Amino acid sequence: MRMARAVKIRAAITTALATASLGLTGFLVGTRVNLLPVDASTNAPTYDSLFKVLFSIGTMLFLGISIVLIYSLVRFRRNEGELADGPPLEGNLPLEIVWTAIPAVVILFVGIYSYDIYDRMGGMTPLDHGALHHQHAMDTPSHTMEAKSMEMPSERVWGGIGPAIDTGVASTSSASGAVLPVEVTAMQFAFIFHYPEADITSGELHVPLGQPVELRMKALDVIHAFWVPQFRLKQDVIPGQPTVLSFTATRPGTYPAICAELCGPYHGGMRTSVVVHEVDDYQTWLQQNRPAPSST
Amino acid sequence: MTVATPRDLEPQLQQPLQPKGWLRYFSFSVDHKVIGLQYLVCGFFFYLVGGLLAGAIRTELATPLSDFMPRDTYNEVLTLHGTVMIFLWIVPVVNGAFGNYLIPFYVGARDMAFPRLNAVAFWMIPPAGFLLISSYFLAGAAAQSGWTAYPPLSLTTPAAGQVVWILSVLLLGGSSIFGAVNFIATVLKMRRPGLKMMQLPMYCWAMLGTSLLVVLSTPVLAGVLILLSFDIIAHTGFFNPTLGGNVVVYQHLFWFYSHPAVYIMVLPAFGLVSEILPVHARKPLFGYTTMVYSIMGIVFLGLIVWAHHMFTSGTPPWMRLFFTIATSFIAVPTGIKFFNWLATLWGGKIALNSAMLFSCGFILNFVFGGITGITLAQVPFDIHVHDTYYVVGHFHYIVYGGTVFVIFASLYHWYPKFTGRLLNEDLGRLHFLLTFIGFNLCFLPQHWLGLNGMPRRVAEYDPTFTTLNQVSSVGALLMAISTLPLLVNVVVTAFQGKRAGDNPWNALTAEWLTSSPPPVENWKGEAPLVTEPYGYGRAQEPKAPTLEAAR
Ligand code: HEM
Ligand SMILES: [Cu+2]
Ligand SMILES: [Cu+2]
Repeated sequence: MRMARAVKIRAAITTALATASLGLTGFLVGTRVNLLPVDASTNAPTYDSLFKVLFSIGTMLFLGISIVLIYSLVRFRRNEGELADGPPLEGNLPLEIVWTAIPAVVILFVGIYSYDIYDRMGGMTPLDHGALHHQHAMDTPSHTMEAKSMEMPSERVWGGIGPAIDTGVASTSSASGAVLPVEVTAMQFAFIFHYPEADITSGELHVPLGQPVELRMKALDVIHAFWVPQFRLKQDVIPGQPTVLSFTATRPGTYPAICAELCGPYHGGMRTSVVVHEVDDYQTWLQQNRPAPSST
Repeated sequence: MTVATPRDLEPQLQQPLQPKGWLRYFSFSVDHKVIGLQYLVCGFFFYLVGGLLAGAIRTELATPLSDFMPRDTYNEVLTLHGTVMIFLWIVPVVNGAFGNYLIPFYVGARDMAFPRLNAVAFWMIPPAGFLLISSYFLAGAAAQSGWTAYPPLSLTTPAAGQVVWILSVLLLGGSSIFGAVNFIATVLKMRRPGLKMMQLPMYCWAMLGTSLLVVLSTPVLAGVLILLSFDIIAHTGFFNPTLGGNVVVYQHLFWFYSHPAVYIMVLPAFGLVSEILPVHARKPLFGYTTMVYSIMGIVFLGLIVWAHHMFTSGTPPWMRLFFTIATSFIAVPTGIKFFNWLATLWGGKIALNSAMLFSCGFILNFVFGGITGITLAQVPFDIHVHDTYYVVGHFHYIVYGGTVFVIFASLYHWYPKFTGRLLNEDLGRLHFLLTFIGFNLCFLPQHWLGLNGMPRRVAEYDPTFTTLNQVSSVGALLMAISTLPLLVNVVVTAFQGKRAGDNPWNALTAEWLTSSPPPVENWKGEAPLVTEPYGYGRAQEPKAPTLEAAR
C-alpha cells in the first residue's frame, strides 16, 4: 500500500519535473534561437513576438512527443524471441479528455493571440475605397494625380494590410496626411514604382525612415506578389484588383523586394531592392531623381 | 444499417474469364487484390518518374544561377513533379492500392462492391499518366503554371500543354471518384453478417472518411478545371480579368478541392498506421472510439478551411479570421490520433522492424509538419512565409515524411501478404536510415530558407542561400540512393526471399486469416468474423512461434 503510493508520488514528481524542464527548454529555444532576418518595419517586431511564442510552443510539443516516442521504443522493445503480448489496454477516457482539452486550449490561446497580432499589424483595418480616396484627394493636389483620382473612386480596393494601429511616434506625429503614396505596377518580370507627389518613376523602392508608406499596387498581366522579408510583409498583386499595402520602415538599409507568386519563366529573377533612407538622404534622393521640369 | 450477404457467387462466375499468373496484372482483372497491386506497381513507377523530376529540380537549385535547364523547362519540371507525385503516386497508392487490397478483407467480402467499376477506375490511370508526361513531347510543351494552375498564368502559358494537363487531371479525378464510390459502398453495404461498423479495423473508417471527401470535393475540381479549359480553348472569360473574369474565384474553387486533397493523401495513411502499430507493438489500438470520431472531425473541418491557402490573395479580414480558427482546430482531432498512437506503443512489446521504424519515422515527421502547419494557419505568420520554401518544407514533411513513410511501412508490413515472402530486414533498415536522414537533410533547411527570403518555384536565388540549398540537394541525392535497397529488396525477395508462412506477424485482422498470397475468393471457406481486430493481449495461450517476427 505505502509502496504503491511512494511509486505514485515519485511518478508524479518525475512527470512534473519533466514537464517543467520541457517547458523551459521550449521557452529558451523559442526566445533565444533567432531564425528570422533583421526587422526593418514597424510590424516586424510584432511578427517576431508571435514567431517566438509559436516557436516555443512548437519546440515543447515536438520535443515532448519525440521523447515519449523514443523512450517507448527503447523501454518497451521486444526481446529476441519473446512472444507475449502487451497488456490489453483499449483506452482511458480521462486521459483522452485531457489530450483533447489541452490542445484545444493551446489552440484557442494561439488563435486569440495571433488575432491580436494581426490587428496590431493593421490587418483588420477596413480598406474601403472611400477612406482611401479621401486621403488621396487631400494628399495629391498635383496635376497628374487629379486625373488618377478621377478613376480611383470607382475602383474597389482589395485586402492588403492597412496602416498599423500602433506605429509609434513616427506616424502619430505625421497623422495628418504625411503618408507617402507609391504606385506599384507589377508585370512580367519587374516591379515599377511611381511616386505621384514627386512624379518619379523608379525600378527600386526608396522610402524614408519612419514615414508611413502606402503602396497602391496593380498587376498588368498575371498574379505577382510583393514581398519584403525584412518587413515581414507580403501581398499578392492580382490583375483586376487594386490592392493597398501599408508599412513604416524602421531600419535604414537595402533589402530585397521579391516576387513570391509564380509568374512565368523569369519569376526567380523578378526581384529588386527596397532602400530605406535616413530622412535627409531621402530628400537628396528625391532631388536627384525629380524630373527636370518640376525641380524648381 | 442492413448487412448484405457476401457475394460468393461472383468469383466463380468471373474466374474462367480471367487470365492466370503474372498476365493477370496486365489484364482488366476484377479481382480486388490484383487491382490493388496494379495500383501499387503503377504508382511506384510514377514515383520513380516524379523522383527523377525532383532530382532535376534539386540539381538546378544546387547553384544560385539558372544554369542547368532553360527557365521554362524548369517550370514544366516543377509542374509535372507536383502533379505526378500527388495524382499518380500518393492518391492512387494510399487509396487505390491498399484500399482495394485490404478493404474487402476487412469487411469480410470476396470483392469490392462494384468490381468492374473498380477495374475501370484503375485503367484510367496509366493513360492519364502517360498523357501527362507525353505532353512535353506531343504538345511541344508541358504545363508550366505549377500544380495549382492559377490563372491568368495558366491562360498565358503554352495552351496545348495546359489543356493536356487539365485532361489528365480530370481523368485522374474521375478515377478517384469511381474508387471512392466503391469504397463507400463496400464499407457500408458489403460487411459480412454480424460485423458491426464499430468493429471494423481503423483503415476502413479512414477510407470511409477519405472517400466522403473525394466525393464531396473532387467534382468541384473537375468543374473549375473545365471552366479553365473553356477560358483557354474558347476564350471565355471566367477567370480572365481582361474579360471581366475573377481569378480569386478560381483559387477558392481550386482549394475547395485541394485542401481536402491533402487529407485524401493523409487520412488513409493514418488508417494504415493504425493497422501496423498494434501488430508490431502487440497491444490493442488505444482509444478506438475517439479515433473514429477524430477521423470524422477531420473530414468535417477539412471541408471548411480551404482559404488558408489564400491569406495574401486579398480575402476580406473576417474570412481570414474564420479560416485561421477553423484551420487551427484541425490540430485537435489530429493531436488525438497521435496521442492515441503513442499510448498504443506505451507498455507494448515493440518489434523494431522496418515496418515499425517507418511508422515511427512517420510520427516524428508528421508532428513536425503539423506544428509548422499550425504556424501557417495563423494569418499574420503566413503573410511572411506564404509561397516560400517554408511552405515547401511544411508540406513535404507532411506528404513525404508522413504519407510516403507510411507507404513504405505498409510495404514491409503487407509484402508477405502479397507474395508469401518476407522482405529482408537488413536492407529494410538501411532503406529506413537512408530515407530518414536524406529526407530531413533535404527538407529541414528549407524552413530557414523560406523565413529568410527564398520564395518557392524559382530556378535561381540569392547566392547567400547557396550552402543550405546544397545541403538540401545532398539530402535529395541520399533519398534517391535510398530507393536502391528498396528496389533490390523487393525484386530479389519476390524470387528468393524467406518464406513468410500465412501470418508472419501473428496479426489478428482478417487479411492474415487466410493463405499468403490469398486465394482468388480470399478465404477457402466462409469469411471469418473478426469482431476484435486489435484483441492483442487477450488470448492467454501463447501464440504459435514464428520465424523472424520477433526481430
Ligand atoms: C496539422 C494540420 C495542418 C495544418 C494546420 C496545415 C496548414 C497549412 C496551411 C495554412 C498551408 C498554406 C500555407 C501557404 O501556402 O502559405 C498549408 C499548405 C500545404 N499543406 Fe498543410 N496543414 C496541415 C496538414 C497538412 C496535411 C495533412 C497535408 C497533406 C497530406 C498538407 C499539405 C499541404 C500542402 C500540399 C500545402 C501546399 C499547397 C501548395 O501551395 O502547393 N498539410 N498547410
Ligand atoms: Cu513572380
Ligand atoms: Cu490546406
